[in-house]
Amino acid sequence: MADNTTEHKWTMIVDLDKCTGCQACVVACSAENNIPTPSEDEILRGRGNQWIRIERYWEGEYPNVKARFLPVFCQQCGNAPCEPVCPVYASYHSEQENLNVQVYNRCVGTRYCGNNCPYRVRIFNYFAPHFDEPLEQQLNPDVTVRSPGVMEKCTFCIQRIRRGRETANAENRPLEDGEVVPACVQACPADALVFGDKYDENSRVAQMVPNERQFKLLEHMGTEPAVYYLKGGETHVGE
Amino acid sequence: MLESRADSSPFWQPHDPEDEHLAEQVEHGREEHLLLDPLPPAENNAIVLESMNKTGKAFWMAVLGLGGLTLAFLATWIVQIFSGIGVTGLNRSVMWGPYIANLIYFIGIGHAGTFISAALRLLRMDFKRPIARAAELITLFGLAVAALFPIIHVGRIWKLFYMMPIPNQRELWPNFRSALFWDMTAITTYIIGSTLFMYLALLPDLAMARDHSTGWRRKIYRALALGWRGTEGEWHKMESTSNILSYVIIPVMFSVHTGVSWNLAMSIQPGWHSTVFGPFFVAGALFSGVAAVILVMIVIRKTMRFGYFLREEHFNAMGLFLLIMSFTWIYFYFAEWITNWYGNLPMEKAIQRMLTGDLAPLFYLMLFANIVVPVGTLWSRRVRTSLPAMFVICVFIQIGMYIERVVIVSGFLSRNELPFNWVNYTPHLPEVLITIGTFGFLALMYLLATRVVPIIPLWEVYEGQAMQATRRIGRAILPTRTESH
Repeated sequence: MADNTTEHKWTMIVDLDKCTGCQACVVACSAENNIPTPSEDEILRGRGNQWIRIERYWEGEYPNVKARFLPVFCQQCGNAPCEPVCPVYASYHSEQENLNVQVYNRCVGTRYCGNNCPYRVRIFNYFAPHFDEPLEQQLNPDVTVRSPGVMEKCTFCIQRIRRGRETANAENRPLEDGEVVPACVQACPADALVFGDKYDENSRVAQMVPNERQFKLLEHMGTEPAVYYLKGGETHVGE
Repeated sequence: MLESRADSSPFWQPHDPEDEHLAEQVEHGREEHLLLDPLPPAENNAIVLESMNKTGKAFWMAVLGLGGLTLAFLATWIVQIFSGIGVTGLNRSVMWGPYIANLIYFIGIGHAGTFISAALRLLRMDFKRPIARAAELITLFGLAVAALFPIIHVGRIWKLFYMMPIPNQRELWPNFRSALFWDMTAITTYIIGSTLFMYLALLPDLAMARDHSTGWRRKIYRALALGWRGTEGEWHKMESTSNILSYVIIPVMFSVHTGVSWNLAMSIQPGWHSTVFGPFFVAGALFSGVAAVILVMIVIRKTMRFGYFLREEHFNAMGLFLLIMSFTWIYFYFAEWITNWYGNLPMEKAIQRMLTGDLAPLFYLMLFANIVVPVGTLWSRRVRTSLPAMFVICVFIQIGMYIERVVIVSGFLSRNELPFNWVNYTPHLPEVLITIGTFGFLALMYLLATRVVPIIPLWEVYEGQAMQATRRIGRAILPTRTESH
C-alpha cells in the first residue's frame, strides 16, 4: 500500500522571464473553478473576481516604456494573515496539503480575511453567481458553485490534488511528480508556471527552488508564501 | 421616603434675610445651582410626569419623519439581503465600508453615557445628577444600533450564529483568536452591563411614576418598578450595587472601544496596524459621545421644558468636558500621524498622500470640525452656556468624528501593499440610505423612550439637593456638601 497520506508542500514557481501576460491561466482557472465572468460594470467598480490576476506595471517613461507582468494568486502562505482573523475558522490551514483552504459552508462573510490579505487575492461573492449561456452547461462538477456572501480564492486546484492522490492510492503507488497539474499550469503556453510537491526531493519545484533569481512576493511581511517568483531579465517588480 | 426626605431637611435657609448683601448671594446661588434650588418634590415630579404625557403635533410629526427614515433603512436592508452585498459600493480592496465605520461611530456615541454616570458618580461630580439618565439612554440605543451593523455588514446574515459559541454536536467553536470575536464579546458584555446599570438607577423613578399615573402607564410602570417601595434596605442595596456596577462598567467600557479598534489594529493593513489605536479610539468615542449627550440635553431642554433641571452650570461643565476630550483626541491624532510621517514607510506615505490628495476635502473638514471648532470656541464660558452655539459645535463634532471613522475604515483600505490593488471607494445609495436610516431609527427610539422613561433621575437630584448646604464665612455664603456614603 502506497503511503499517500504523508504531508505535502504544494508549491508553485512563477518564472517572470517566461510570462508573456497572455492571460491563458486566468481563462483556464475560470473554466476549471466555476468562476463567473464579471461584467464590464463590475470590473469598473473594482470587483474583478478572477482567482488569478495578471498585474501589469509600467516601467520607465513614455516612449521608453516597458510592460511588466506579475501573475498574482493566493500565495498559500505558511503563516497566513487571513487565518487567525476569521471568527468561524472558515479560513484555515490544511495540515496535510500545507494549503490555506476556505470552507465555503462555514463562511459568514465578515470579509475580515480579505482586508488582512496583503496580496488582496481573496474574492468576495457580491452577488449570486451568474453564468451567461452556454457557460452554465460546462460547470465543473468537482467544484462548488459558491453562494453569494462567501469569500473564495485560489485553491491550487485542490480537487485535482485530491483526485491525483486517490488515483495513486487506488493503483497502489506513490504520487508522482507532474501527476497533479492545476488548470493554470496546464494552460500556460510559455511554461512559466511550475507546480509540485516541495517535500518530494526529486520533484521539479524542489530542484528549481534554490535559485539565484528567486524571490517571494512581499517577503518582508513574514507570510511565508508557497509561491516562488523567478525574476525575469531586468524586472524590478516585487523588489 | 422621597417626600419625607425633602420635608424634613431645610437644606437651604436664608442666613439673615435682613442683610441685603447676603440675600443677594442666596438668590444668586439659587439661580446658578440646581442643587441649591430645591422645589417641593410634588412640583418636581409634576414637571417630569407632564413632560412624558405631552405629545403635541410636533412630536407626532417627528415620529412620522423618523419612522419614515426607519422604514427606508429596513427596506434597503431587505433589498441588500436578497440581492447581495454587491448593491453597495464595496470592491475588491475596500471590503469594509461605512457599515463598520457606523459600528465604530455608534459605539462611540454610546460611550459617554456610561462614562458620565459611572465615572462621575465615583468621582462625586454633582453636575452629572440631572444628566445621567439622558446619557445612559444614548448608551443603550447607541449600542443597540451599533450592534445592528455587524449584522447588516456580513455576507450571509442567515449564518451569523456560527460566530456565537453555541454548543453543538460537531464541536465547532468560533475562533477565539479572531479580533471580531473579542469585539462581539465586549459589546455583548457592555450592552448587558449598561442596561443593568441604567435599570437599577431607574427603579425609584419608575416607582414614582407608578404612584402618580393611571391607566396603561400605571400597568407598565407597576411591572417595571419591580415592587419598589423605598425602604431603607432597598435604597441601601441599590446604592451599593450601583457602586459595584460603576467600578465594573468602566473597564468594560474601555474594553469595548479598544476591542473595536483592535478589529482594525490587529490586522496588517497599513495605517490600521498601530499600537495607539486602542486609547485613540476610546478618546474619540468619548469625544463624540459627550458631544452627543450635549445635543440631546439641548433638545430635551427645549422640547420638554427642562429649564429647571438643565441649567447653565450643566452646559458649562459638559462644555469643559468636551474641550478636554477635544485636546485628548488631538493629542492622540497627532501622536499617530507624527510617528507615521517620521517613519516614512512607503505604504503609510501613500495613505498620507491620499489624505491630502483625493480625500483632502474630507480630511480638512474633519480637522476643522474636530480641532478648530471646539478648541477655538469652547474656552469661552459665554459659548459654553449658549445653547445655539453649543448645538452647532456639537453637530460639527459629530460630522468630524463620523468622517474620521469613514476615512480610517474605507479610505485607508483603498491603499495597500500592491499598488495594482489601489481601488478608491465611493458610497452607493444603499449605504447612504442605511446610514441615514439608522440615525433616524436611533432618534425614533430615543423620542419614544422620552415619553415612557422619566428622563431626569429625580431621586438623584433630590439626593444631591439634600446633601447640599450653604455655609456662611464672614460676608460670603459658600455652597458646601455633606459627606454621606
